[in-house]
Amino acid sequence: MTDAVIRTKAIMSEPSLWDRLMTNRNWLGFWFMLPAAAFLILFLAYPLGLGIWLSFTDARLGRGGVFVGLENYEFLSDDPTFWLTVFNTILYTTVASTIKFAVGLYLALLLNERLPFKAIIRAVVLIPFIVPTVLSAIAFWWLFDPQFSIISWSLMKLGLITQYINFLGDPWNARWSVIFANIWRGVPFVAITLLAGLQTVSPSLYEAATIDGATPWQNFRYITYPLLTPIIAVVMTFSVLFTFTDFQLIWVMTRGGPVNATHLMATYSYQRAIMSGYLGEGSAIATAMIPFLLGAILVSWFGLQRRKWQQGEDND
Amino acid sequence: MASVGIRDVRKAFGTTAVIHGVNVTINDGEFVVLVGPSGCGKSTLLRMIAGLENITGGEIRIGERVVNNVPPKERDVAMVFQNYALYPHMTVADNMAFSLKLRGAPKSEIDQRVKRAADILGLGALLARYPRQLSGGQRQRVAMGRAIVRDPQVFLFDEPLSNLDAKLRVQMRTEIKELHQRLKTTTVYVTHDQIEAMTMADKIVVMHEGIVEQIGAPLELYDTPHNLFVAGFIGSPAMNFLTGHVRANGKAEFEGPGGARLPLATAPASSDGKPAIYGVRPEHFTIADDGAEATIQVVEPTGSETQIVAKVGGQDIVAAFRERHQFKPGEKIRLKPDPRLVHLFDGTTGQRL
Repeated sequence: MTDAVIRTKAIMSEPSLWDRLMTNRNWLGFWFMLPAAAFLILFLAYPLGLGIWLSFTDARLGRGGVFVGLENYEFLSDDPTFWLTVFNTILYTTVASTIKFAVGLYLALLLNERLPFKAIIRAVVLIPFIVPTVLSAIAFWWLFDPQFSIISWSLMKLGLITQYINFLGDPWNARWSVIFANIWRGVPFVAITLLAGLQTVSPSLYEAATIDGATPWQNFRYITYPLLTPIIAVVMTFSVLFTFTDFQLIWVMTRGGPVNATHLMATYSYQRAIMSGYLGEGSAIATAMIPFLLGAILVSWFGLQRRKWQQGEDND
Repeated sequence: MASVGIRDVRKAFGTTAVIHGVNVTINDGEFVVLVGPSGCGKSTLLRMIAGLENITGGEIRIGERVVNNVPPKERDVAMVFQNYALYPHMTVADNMAFSLKLRGAPKSEIDQRVKRAADILGLGALLARYPRQLSGGQRQRVAMGRAIVRDPQVFLFDEPLSNLDAKLRVQMRTEIKELHQRLKTTTVYVTHDQIEAMTMADKIVVMHEGIVEQIGAPLELYDTPHNLFVAGFIGSPAMNFLTGHVRANGKAEFEGPGGARLPLATAPASSDGKPAIYGVRPEHFTIADDGAEATIQVVEPTGSETQIVAKVGGQDIVAAFRERHQFKPGEKIRLKPDPRLVHLFDGTTGQRL
């Protein structure tokens, strides 16, 4: 009997520190988080930090730079091309995001109705999203080609224009053309996400509102829209972030031309840093995007804050 | 307030007909319950009255007006949904005021009506809350409040108590009935629960597979069900059915399963030997020496009464007694139905004889 007690005690002796670290609830969470954290630090935080650091140096391709303080930023503030790209980026983001939202919402509402061949139409809407960006950019490049554009050709045949449109050669034409391409590509994301949101609204709410006397517009205004705002906030944040940082579409279609008319901050940064080799300056352009992006995130963060009606059983 | 007339109403979804010609007259101020098992078409009929489903054939009148092609908002009906359908982003007050706001009613009138409805339903303290902050019963009341503020011609209830727990359901049942006695608005109430139907209705419409089986006052349905379906559906525990033959020579009797002899008040001589179904409610048995022999299987005391499941001639029957007999499983007793309260149905058509 006493022997047994002693033996049990020996087996149940204090686990080692390592064992405790491996099984403690709080540490367990840390272990599970570690792979993801390592991944994020290595591939997101480190490049971001490095980029910001480079923007304070005069590094060039093949030559590590020295710290020069705000010199790159001072240079940029006097660079009219930089300010042009800021203008372009804001124009591009504002116009494209607004239209993407409007068209996306319209499509989502349409797809939420009873339609023949609904499943097929929903799949078709997703196509622009599935096609690789570079591929669709090349297709648009052809559509907007000064000599072979099918748009110009069709309009000519219809007798609506007398000479081919210089889509990508004229500054404003080029701006609208790339904006159009971006909208074409971005609408499915907005439409499908909003459609998912619409489907979470209980149909009986519309029935109740209809009996309460709501017209279709009032149904949208007082039921659909308020219930959709949390999803609108998410989808528009992503849409604005993706549009603001767009690179592929511009680079394939115009490379920022004509005369920098379609250069966005991302493409200009790439051109200065990689094509021209001024890593420090290019990094400064890229870093200058951060305040704009933070601004967009803040707006949506406030928009996303749980509204009172979404909160749980709190009294009051 | 208004009457509602339903004339030969049919409904088909595509090629599937779900309602096959229904006729119901709902008088002004009446509380009518549509009751039936799932899929009998009761909710569809209600939604047709509301205007949420179009009418395939026949006509529905509210008051004097045929409303077949009148949009829901112009029918002046208010509906309480099973899931309440409260607008989650609006406070209780805004939920109730919504229809009045859409109508463009002046603010003073809206406030006054919302206050009145809130007083009736005891929602005064909850007006600033959102639906998520309410309990099930409170949400149910808000849904009713939303209907009351409208002061409509007809109230429509679509299984409004199904999502409540048993105790609250009984309480709300009483509240709705009281409310109707107070407001006297014509009410159409859909439920699958025959107890709700019995306790609340002025008139019950029993539906089954898209047709009306019987219309009548609650006790009328209980006392003289027209057919087997109504007999089995109304009453809890359900009526016992025994299959056998009528014996009309001399003393009218029913020959049940296993040759058990059961009493009949009367039987026309012509019905002798006819296959029939003998219906007797559990509460209409007494223990008597000249009863049919029964073997007790299960004893279920509920406090107010004791139910037993027993075998008579190989068939299970349920009997309920108010008196506290000391029953034991396996015990043999003699059960005698009260012949005046027995229902006899045709063996083939299921119609009352």
